[in-house]
Amino acid sequence: MSVEAETIEQRTAALKGLGTSRKRVEDSRFTQGKGNYVDDLKMPNMLFGDFVRSQHAHAYVKSIDTSAALALPGVIAVLTAKDLEPLSLHWMPTLAGDKQMVLADGKVLFQGQEVAFVVAEDRYIAADAIDLVKVEYEELPALVDPFKAELPDAPILREDIADNLEGAHGPRRHPNHIFTWEQGDKDATESILASAPVVAEEMVYYHRTHPCPLETCGAVASMDKVNGKLTLWGTFQAPHVVRTVASLLSGIAEHNIRVVSPDIGGGFGNKVGVYPGYVCAIVASIVTGQPVKWVEDRMENLTSTAFARDYHMQGKIAATAEGKILGLWCHTTADHGAFDACADPTKYPAGFMNICTGSYDIPTAYLAVDGIYTNKAPGGVAYRCSFRVTEAAYFIERMIEVLAIKLNMDAAELRSINFIRKEQFPYQSALGWEYDSGDYHSAWNKALEAVNYKALRAEQAKQVEAFKAGETRKLMGIGLCHFTEIVGAGPVKNCDILGMGMFDSCEIRIHPTGSAIARLGTISQGQGHATTFAQILASEIGISADDITIEEGDTDTAPYGLGTYGSRSTPVAGAATAMAGRKIRAKAQMIAAYLLEVHDNDVEWEVDRFVVKGAPERFKTMKEVAFASYTQAIPGVEPGLEAVSYYDPPNMTYPFGAYICVMDIDVDTGVSDIRQFFALDDCGTRINPMIIEGQVHGGLTEALAIALGQEIAYDELGNVKTGSLMDFFIPTSWETPNYTTDFTETPSPHHPIGAKGVGESPNVGGVPAFSNAINDAFKAFGLTHTHMPHDHWRIWKTANKLGLHA
Amino acid sequence: MIPGRFEYHQPESLDAAVGLLGKLGEDARVIAGGHSLIPMMKLRLAMPEHLVDLKAITDLKHITVDGGVISIGAMTTQAELIGSAELALAAPIVKETALQIADPQIRYQGTIGGNVANGDPGNDMPALMQCLDASFVLQGPDGQREVSAREFYEAAYFTAREDLEILSAVKFAVCSGGYAYEKQKRKIGDYATAAAAVLLTKGGDGGCSHAAIALTNLADTPLYCEEASNSLMQSGVDAASIDGAVASCMSIIEPVEDNRGPAEFKKHAASMVLRRAIELAWSRA
Repeated sequence: MSVEAETIEQRTAALKGLGTSRKRVEDSRFTQGKGNYVDDLKMPNMLFGDFVRSQHAHAYVKSIDTSAALALPGVIAVLTAKDLEPLSLHWMPTLAGDKQMVLADGKVLFQGQEVAFVVAEDRYIAADAIDLVKVEYEELPALVDPFKAELPDAPILREDIADNLEGAHGPRRHPNHIFTWEQGDKDATESILASAPVVAEEMVYYHRTHPCPLETCGAVASMDKVNGKLTLWGTFQAPHVVRTVASLLSGIAEHNIRVVSPDIGGGFGNKVGVYPGYVCAIVASIVTGQPVKWVEDRMENLTSTAFARDYHMQGKIAATAEGKILGLWCHTTADHGAFDACADPTKYPAGFMNICTGSYDIPTAYLAVDGIYTNKAPGGVAYRCSFRVTEAAYFIERMIEVLAIKLNMDAAELRSINFIRKEQFPYQSALGWEYDSGDYHSAWNKALEAVNYKALRAEQAKQVEAFKAGETRKLMGIGLCHFTEIVGAGPVKNCDILGMGMFDSCEIRIHPTGSAIARLGTISQGQGHATTFAQILASEIGISADDITIEEGDTDTAPYGLGTYGSRSTPVAGAATAMAGRKIRAKAQMIAAYLLEVHDNDVEWEVDRFVVKGAPERFKTMKEVAFASYTQAIPGVEPGLEAVSYYDPPNMTYPFGAYICVMDIDVDTGVSDIRQFFALDDCGTRINPMIIEGQVHGGLTEALAIALGQEIAYDELGNVKTGSLMDFFIPTSWETPNYTTDFTETPSPHHPIGAKGVGESPNVGGVPAFSNAINDAFKAFGLTHTHMPHDHWRIWKTANKLGLHA
Repeated sequence: MIPGRFEYHQPESLDAAVGLLGKLGEDARVIAGGHSLIPMMKLRLAMPEHLVDLKAITDLKHITVDGGVISIGAMTTQAELIGSAELALAAPIVKETALQIADPQIRYQGTIGGNVANGDPGNDMPALMQCLDASFVLQGPDGQREVSAREFYEAAYFTAREDLEILSAVKFAVCSGGYAYEKQKRKIGDYATAAAAVLLTKGGDGGCSHAAIALTNLADTPLYCEEASNSLMQSGVDAASIDGAVASCMSIIEPVEDNRGPAEFKKHAASMVLRRAIELAWSRA
């Protein structure tokens, strides 16, 4: 069959481009156990490093005796802060403008903190040696509750900066206070609160949890003392940033550092930051001249690398008696742990928490966030969400429910009358964002119809009557959520990490025979970049996605980018990919015109070829053009077919969705059962519907975990109570319900292909939907709000407090 | 998460294993499926110098039903309990319970002997064995003896087994009648928030000719609820007697607060779980 015989539709389908549910090209190696993760790396003479960690939440380190450990055969070195101090590496900068101890410098500030680094011939000897390092502590009172941080008897945590009145984000009012971040109009909001007909108030706590990727964090550092080159393999969501930071910290020139992210087994924000293990592995390799591996175990991952959330959000929402929202006020107490190691763009110490007006047209709003130090692990990363967006979405979606109760109004109706209307986009929010596009009413109505919302409410009312009559001990909850995300950080003019603008990049090389390789500044941790980015390119340059290799994660070969988190890969690197593809096409057009002996403007692009206008039988395919670019001398055109694009997005993207969860709750045992979950997502242009569905399923399951039990809990002494998977909830297929997914498609007006990002939407929207269902079940019995996580005993306690066990 | 150093032994007979224990003394620990011991070793909360692995002792892996008595070798895995058609007929409550232990992967490794011998109040099999009035066969340097499951548990991790003895089998009578093992847990793989094993046999007169109730993870040992069991046999099973039995059981439980919740909640959950178990068992009687 000749190519000419194919229709345009057939040729389009053959590309496997945008909109194709193409199977993930990564999966053949993952499903066959052929992935290559950090811990799979084995090198000659490789040493293994392991940490001595603090068992105390707060203590002075009086002495560290390493002699017994050093005497153990196979132990090469034991590093302490004293060893790192001459290199100025005993502390390191955090992404949030603070600094963090690499190894305990005189005191420890959280349980699990790194105290000494043992380097041994293998990990077993290292583990034995840890037990032989004798650390003498003088215990100090622990600060666990951030609301007690500024009381007169509060212990001072960060003695190193106790006298600094000015922090990275403005004035500090107390040694345990990190920053105050204010957005919006305080006076105007408070005046509306004072005069509004209806004001609802609630304290909404989003508990501390952890991204807990399947693969823990780790690195292998290898210093080649002959050529002076340091290679660092690691679980890095942002390998280029790690290279720059490693260069700045170590003094090694950046061209002599190669950072490689091999396959990564999930990140979810946990692998954005720089950890003491990376620094110690590098130092140990420089000192020994041998490769040094460091890999966390599960308990270390849960207790020492970056946590998520821990936001206490005090809210007030003002409305008319008819339910039109007039103003929103929020004061957040943010528990940051011992060091401010949040991974946020520099100017946003509370991330994009100011998206907390959500999907609603709220004319006046005010947000203040106080960051507080406590004796807990540092972090505050965006766990499957853009920076603090899931906190913001949870806050507003709870406040809407609380307001609906106050107004005695249906919460679906309350949302509907307050949505930003389609014609209001681009919409300027009261807290400073320009929402690019949306059609909330269409999505919302579609979702309500899909679940037959009115019938559900009628059934729920019957159930309440039956419960009151003693005919059942189960209640039914309907959890509503309409979320708006802000992703794709971000415009260089206001988004940077450690000064690096948050652009991203793509470099494409078309090979002579018409296949291609594209390299990006991002790094997949399971998102399927090798599949989807090839699809974007396929649609742009007319080469089948199957003939395009996508490569990421090696800083020696990939163009500079800021990495993968905050749903930024598609909005930023995806845009760079499309733009680089368009550069290829522009050059290809000149070549095609030359080959067809017509003027450049006399050919037009059609799926996979340039066609002479008005003469469809005369064309050159991209494949033919590629071959010609390497084999013919074309006047005025350089040989080869390559392009690179660095994309600075003009705005964020604003994916949104409508989620509805229906739950049955056993009032006596606190057991909840999800009957139905409907998730409608609008992520703009859909690149690969199958991957979108997979992302939604995965994100919803993480949301389910968080809402129903997943937490990092501390006791009053600062001991971690949930340091293993026995107590830290990861749902299995058994706990995971069926999900029904749907979509609307509102393309982003400023993105080259209109895509908005989706990986994090289900977590952002899922948590409020699950939580609202639990809260909603008890609404008829007087409940306004109960905190997550909604595990069995907390649900039982809620029922108990409402007198439902009498 | 790496254990300390230990010597590994794999004797091929029960006598050899008992002999090894005698020789190695208190620094040795017997290992069966290892799903309790190995995590403790990884945390270095247990640091035995010698591990005596029973897996090569083929005599310890069997399920036999003979003369109305079921005998299960200590190294029989939960998966093998679940897969035994003979056992499903002779004592279906064993399969029902085993299916609620941990997850399939663990059940391929975890053994009935390890489960009952370890003395962990969170394990499911001990209460079941008390409910079945099972006896445990203990092999020691002085020979073999049998101890009733209802007498075996002294406190958390403390049992009637002597240090030099190995639990080699569990034995109990074939059971007819209604049965139920009801368990509330936070997730797959978790220990019980509360669980109850119930056996009820309906007499010819419609009364209750046999009743046995035992509870999991509601005290520092499994609890055989003698008074409640007797009361159901005396008064039959109806709404009032179930209330009485539940109240009787609740008076002997002593749950402690942990991440599953406070004691008050556990008491309430236990009463619900027990009530459901009694109702289910009676419906099957």
